[in-house]
Amino acid sequence: MTLEKSSQNSSEVELLSFRLADEEYSVDIMSVREIRGWTRATPLPHAPMHVRGVINLRGTVLPVVDLSVRLGMEPVVGDARNVIIVVQVGSQTAGLLVNAVSDILALPRTELQPPPELAADCAHSFIEALTIVDGRMIRVLDLGAVLPDENAEAA
Amino acid sequence: MATDPMAEIRASFFIECEELLESLQDALSDMDEGSHDNETINIVFRAVHSIKGGAGAFGLDALVAFAHRYETVLDELRSGRMTITPDAMKLFFQAADFLQDHVRAARDAAPPPEGSEDCLVSLEALIGGGAGPVVEEEVTDFQPMGLAFDFGPVDEAPATPVWTVRFRPSAALFSSGNEPLHLLRALGKLGASSTTCDLSRLPPLESLDPESFWLEWVVEITGDVTDFDIREVFDFVEDVCEIEITSGAAATLPSGAADFAMPDFGMPGAAALDLPPLTPDPEDPVPVAAAPAPQAEVIAIAKSEPRVEAPPPPPFVAVEMPAASGNGPAQREAASEPSATVRVDLDRIDRLVNLVGELVINQAMLAQSVAEAGLPPNSAVMTGLEAFMMLTRDIQDSVMMIRAQPVKPLFQRMARIVREASSAVGKEVRLRTEGEATEVDKTVIERLADPLTHMIRNAVDHGLETPEKRRAAGKTSEGVITLSAQHRSGRVVIEVVDDGAGINRPKVREIAISKGLVAPDAQLSDSEIDNLLFLPGFSTADQVSALSGRGVGMDVVRQAIQSLGGRITIHSEPGKGTRFSISLPLTLAVLDGMVVNVAGETLVVPLSAILETATLTDEDIRALGPNTNVIHVRGAFVPLYDLGAELGYRAPKSSYAGGIVLLTAQENGTRSALVVDSILEQRQVVIKGLQRSYGHIPGVAAATILGDGQIALILDPPDLVQNASGRTRSPAFALAG
Repeated sequence: MTLEKSSQNSSEVELLSFRLADEEYSVDIMSVREIRGWTRATPLPHAPMHVRGVINLRGTVLPVVDLSVRLGMEPVVGDARNVIIVVQVGSQTAGLLVNAVSDILALPRTELQPPPELAADCAHSFIEALTIVDGRMIRVLDLGAVLPDENAEAA
Repeated sequence: MATDPMAEIRASFFIECEELLESLQDALSDMDEGSHDNETINIVFRAVHSIKGGAGAFGLDALVAFAHRYETVLDELRSGRMTITPDAMKLFFQAADFLQDHVRAARDAAPPPEGSEDCLVSLEALIGGGAGPVVEEEVTDFQPMGLAFDFGPVDEAPATPVWTVRFRPSAALFSSGNEPLHLLRALGKLGASSTTCDLSRLPPLESLDPESFWLEWVVEITGDVTDFDIREVFDFVEDVCEIEITSGAAATLPSGAADFAMPDFGMPGAAALDLPPLTPDPEDPVPVAAAPAPQAEVIAIAKSEPRVEAPPPPPFVAVEMPAASGNGPAQREAASEPSATVRVDLDRIDRLVNLVGELVINQAMLAQSVAEAGLPPNSAVMTGLEAFMMLTRDIQDSVMMIRAQPVKPLFQRMARIVREASSAVGKEVRLRTEGEATEVDKTVIERLADPLTHMIRNAVDHGLETPEKRRAAGKTSEGVITLSAQHRSGRVVIEVVDDGAGINRPKVREIAISKGLVAPDAQLSDSEIDNLLFLPGFSTADQVSALSGRGVGMDVVRQAIQSLGGRITIHSEPGKGTRFSISLPLTLAVLDGMVVNVAGETLVVPLSAILETATLTDEDIRALGPNTNVIHVRGAFVPLYDLGAELGYRAPKSSYAGGIVLLTAQENGTRSALVVDSILEQRQVVIKGLQRSYGHIPGVAAATILGDGQIALILDPPDLVQNASGRTRSPAFALAG
């Protein structure tokens, strides 16, 4: 969704790839606002498991999502090597807690493939496309699906 | 400038209209309360007249037509040919409301409001039939006079100034042996002049005091005369008469502004030509020197209505032009605006408020790092920092004050609601307002309008009885609704009080049972029954009237108040009336809070919610159910809540002896005790909203940023208690304890 919106006019797409539990994921770089070092988040009571809490981003309160938990994996252990990728989707800004940022990749759009139809699995619906770079498979995340939807979470 | 200057002037005109409408309402209220003096009536007249004048310049014909006819009636009143009756007052109020509608319609280019014609017709009926005793017939002859100077293309205004001199001798002038005739003759010698006598203040013969003096002369002098020449004539009588000297010539206006404005005000005369007799304006003889210049310094108010989104246009001078290019009286009106204020865009203030919030946080961070550096207490850094902290606090207070606004405009809107509502249900209602000058954060005021409107309508519709019932109960047929505002211990308390029949508790109970809101056999206290009104889907009106009972109940009102961090309470006495009290925080931007530690997390509890703090002993704690505890404080049992457990930070503890509790109170008076691990400090915190994406977190109102840059949650104790599990024991622990 974001992908098409931000870079549909160009045939190239730029992705920020990062590591999450030894796997490689990426997001469209156009939705990335900044990358921050790890800071302790203040937990929110009664919040969903994947919501790590809130941090102070220069005076505004920024929710942080543990991407690993969100995708159904073990939580990221918070330490100095982890980073928070601040992304914006629509009017929402949120931080994604990941293990480490690896690279910025520029690919022709044609190299992105839709994920194959698999049996329902948690992480599947979050993946917008797949691609192969240097023999590694990289997943492109659909941020709209990853970030909590207002209606769904309020229920 | 990229934007159309006319559009800006137009926007300013409408802002000004709002101010004029406000003063119109004020003056009408004063009149309604019995002050029928000239000055009050003049304010009413001037407000309508100024609106008409400005509207004429913009070609807002419907508005001009309405204002003109309203003004004509007011003029009768002003000249004493009409007496003020309650019915007339009602019509004046109604017409003022319609005038407001017309202004709004003109602003939004909407069709003019319906029904204004009827209002005008009934207004004009007041003067059509039995006009008051007309003392001197000549009075009416005077009307077209005085202002007969040429209003052709204004930029060809006569090079020679036209002076308008208003001269009103007092009785003392005669007792000191002076003679107005000589003075008038001396004036006449200065240049071509026309002299008119204004008799409008002349009382009817029977009440005429022969020792007093009622006449006033208006002398128009054309020719090469200076202000000084005119002054000289009155040299010896300055103390015993009132003189106003104004220059009507366009040539005296600030030149640049005049050029700019002229082409578009094709007929500024529209504002001036049909001026009624120039009655004296006793209160404000403006010094001559001050008259042409001051507009540049009229700094207007920061009260831009939310609807007016126009940026503050710099050329305020130009706004005054329709009046200034007219003639003396209009000019004086502009100059006599008392307030030295600045009109500022709300966005700018909000940005400032945000920046100050950042400053406060930064200052806290700085203080923390200085403290960690372990500098000696009297070092230069520490003293400097202390001064900095005090300054920050001052700046913060001042900025908050900018956002604060008096509740008066809000109350005025309510006055209108009362008028409309009472005429719709056929009840006689008087609205009394108290504490209009009380200042509250602008956002609070804006968001208070809807709930308050609803409460006022309710009070008129349900609270007050019909005139017949009131008389039968030995009350005056006119019901009184009192709307008051006051500051009380760091909060604003707004009360809506009616002197109606009070809440019909048996009926409320019956309805609540029939709607399944309470069990039929429930034992309810009076205050519990009263609070049933706040339940969703409750409506007591037998019939759904056009006024209230449209499915929006008091529950919505309560919700709106709560979303502002406020509380609403109800107090009713059968036969005497009902009182709704709304308690609101002064500002939505900062909050005094107690910073506490719970299970390693830092939390802020609003100070306003805390009654007291206490350290628990073993005897204080009593088991209530298998997993709930109460504590015994001051002769009452208060439920105990473990914040750590309620917020999911930890499991309930086995023993709370030695723990610290915060006693909090809710709107309905019930208390609850919250267990915390330690109290850190008490301080002001800047409120930061939590993103809505996570929905409502029970018990958490907002967040703030602490000195170390960490975020702390701000609790909402009543909400927390409502959603709490109350688990302060688990069965396993209970056995152990």
